[in-house]
Amino acid sequence: MSTVFINSVGSVSAQKTFDGTTFLEEVAIYNDTVIRVIDPDYKSYIPPAAARRMAKGIKMSTVSSNTALKEAGLERVDAIVVGTGLGCIGDSEKFVSAIIDNKEQFLTPTRFIQSSHNTVSGQIAMAIGCKGYNFTYVHSSISFESSLLDALIQLKNGEASNVLVGGVDELVDHHVDTHRLIKHIKAEPVDSSQLLQSGTEGCVMAEGAHFFVLSNQKQTSTYAELAGVRTFNTLSENKIGEKVSVFLSENGLTVGDIDLVISGNNGDIAFDGYYQTLADDLFGDTPQAYYKHLSGEFDTASGFALWLAAKIIKTQTVPDVVRLNHLQAPKLKNILLYNQYRGENHSLTLLRKC
Amino acid sequence: MGVISAIGNNVRENYGALVAGRTGISRITHIDTVHKNDIMVGEIPTDNAKLEEQLGLPRDSWSRTALLGAIAAQEAVHQAGISDINDARTGLISGTTVGGMDKSEQYFYDYFENDRAWHHINGLHAGDSTRKIASKLGLEESFATTISTACSSAANAIMLGARMIKSGQLDRVVVGGTDSLSKFTINGFKTLMILSDTYNTPFDDKRKGLNLGEAAAYLVLESPALVEKENRTVLGYIKGFGNANDAFHQTASSDNGDGAVLAMEKALKIAGLTPDKVDYINAHGTATPNNDLSEGRAMLRIFDKKVPEFSSTKAYTGHTLAVAGAIEAIYSVLALQNNVVYPNLNFKNPMQEFELLPQTELVRKELNVVLSNSFGFGGNCTTLLFSKEV
Repeated sequence: MSTVFINSVGSVSAQKTFDGTTFLEEVAIYNDTVIRVIDPDYKSYIPPAAARRMAKGIKMSTVSSNTALKEAGLERVDAIVVGTGLGCIGDSEKFVSAIIDNKEQFLTPTRFIQSSHNTVSGQIAMAIGCKGYNFTYVHSSISFESSLLDALIQLKNGEASNVLVGGVDELVDHHVDTHRLIKHIKAEPVDSSQLLQSGTEGCVMAEGAHFFVLSNQKQTSTYAELAGVRTFNTLSENKIGEKVSVFLSENGLTVGDIDLVISGNNGDIAFDGYYQTLADDLFGDTPQAYYKHLSGEFDTASGFALWLAAKIIKTQTVPDVVRLNHLQAPKLKNILLYNQYRGENHSLTLLRKC
Repeated sequence: MGVISAIGNNVRENYGALVAGRTGISRITHIDTVHKNDIMVGEIPTDNAKLEEQLGLPRDSWSRTALLGAIAAQEAVHQAGISDINDARTGLISGTTVGGMDKSEQYFYDYFENDRAWHHINGLHAGDSTRKIASKLGLEESFATTISTACSSAANAIMLGARMIKSGQLDRVVVGGTDSLSKFTINGFKTLMILSDTYNTPFDDKRKGLNLGEAAAYLVLESPALVEKENRTVLGYIKGFGNANDAFHQTASSDNGDGAVLAMEKALKIAGLTPDKVDYINAHGTATPNNDLSEGRAMLRIFDKKVPEFSSTKAYTGHTLAVAGAIEAIYSVLALQNNVVYPNLNFKNPMQEFELLPQTELVRKELNVVLSNSFGFGGNCTTLLFSKEV
């Protein structure tokens, strides 16, 4: 079985991550209940005529995937796998409202076409002429991990040599407004540097696009080895420690081997207990980090976590802004990512220095 | 296997309709759309109230997509003889395109008027239907995910399931898909001008487009080790699978069916079979001008003009979108079990572009390998190969 490497990264997020030459040296601080990405100059990636009707999700993904392909030095890949909680949901909303407002008359197809959840993976395939395997996963907070796992199986089994994997979600009005009603989004703005002390329910909702080239070949651009991915549809708080221990032992590791845990805390007091339980149960003596005060919460926010972990391993530095405790590891060899959303769809991702 | 569609509420009823040549295409009754007199659909007669009663749920609690999915998945798990879904490493992989859109479009503005339907807000997530199906099956602490690659979604769910068992990630996996009819898809396909105003006629020269359908269909896949341990009766084998991208157009297939050719080639290669070993093709055959021409050309390329008996079952069920690959996988396995080729209903006029005639009468003959195609928006092309023997 082949080893799987992360050979490149691409990110469009609420931080200035589209510029791959920096690593959170400047941090954008927000005081809101929703945050949008810092837009790159889309014009330098997409002809303006095409960009006009293009969904935000496609635009962000174009920049992010281009960045990843360029860094990996590839024009083509064997497979494209994308995760997205809701796809280009802005177009879905506009199409639905047009159906209702115009009583099913005078509709045009563009919105409907872009509503297909696999629009992004299809568009990338067309743009780079990739006739290979093309999948899209749409399962809430493990949409991205499902994609990672799929790519991992392909690369380990030699079904592909290079796979472009990504996660993308866009922030749109109707979705935000309805999720405010059911209190999935915080009622009051919170200073992002104080996110975990908010003491309130709900999250700060955001958007973003993260793409990576995974490969079974190591090269100079390589960031880390992707050692394992595991997801659980349900999990009670008292079982998380046990599941993590099993996952680590399957990968030949123990708790003491983990040099950093990156947790998906989003400041929702109703569900952040999972992370605290894991920290208390297993990782009391392990350096810990978090990121959703930088990225915000969305179905594929864990793409930001993988970007962060890859950068940390490559640069062997943990930016102060992501530290959750004062512990520091002498070296950064093994990093564990743990994420869940509202107590469901838990994921464990393991990165190893190579 | 479990299925609910316009031609039956379970596998037995579906098979009965297939061999009797009985279509499920009708006028739409459950959705009040202005297009109701211009379109025909493959609608499941049972209404939501009945489905909810069957599942022991309160009124208006789930989207129709989740209701249909739970019913079909339960039948599949029951037929497989599974008493405890968590007694082996079990996964659930479901395909859907609309998810809870039926409720989202119904309550789109109402959400802001009152809280009556707030429980549907999160149902718009495609993954929410899968979550509900998992809860009905009692699947816990497991791998459950959702694939949405338009009309090849469930075919891809089956393919991923097979790959996960093959690679040792799972011992058992429930795979398939679910999609209900909605104004969203009716109007969407209407704007693309590919909806027929009458019964769809796959591979007919005068074909006018597709009929949308709704369905849910699931299969239980198990590893050889689990099959042996539990002494299961195996219904059929997934012999090969292939996914490729046409990389041509967001909604149309390339003229020569490049993506379809690649998908069929990959599936045959994995199966280790030459094209002449395929006994029957359950074609995607949506009856749109574009699909049937592209798929027909692709079949001619793969089978070197010796195309085996083929038919599309879309004239029975309508195009069930995400579910097409799973419902047709079940029909393919039933074909193998019963040694039968289903007729391609409504065919009258051979297409001018090539000499390809679908099977129009029921044929009983020994079948060993069946090939099933599913193609979707975004250039997504998937082929599955089913066999009677290992």
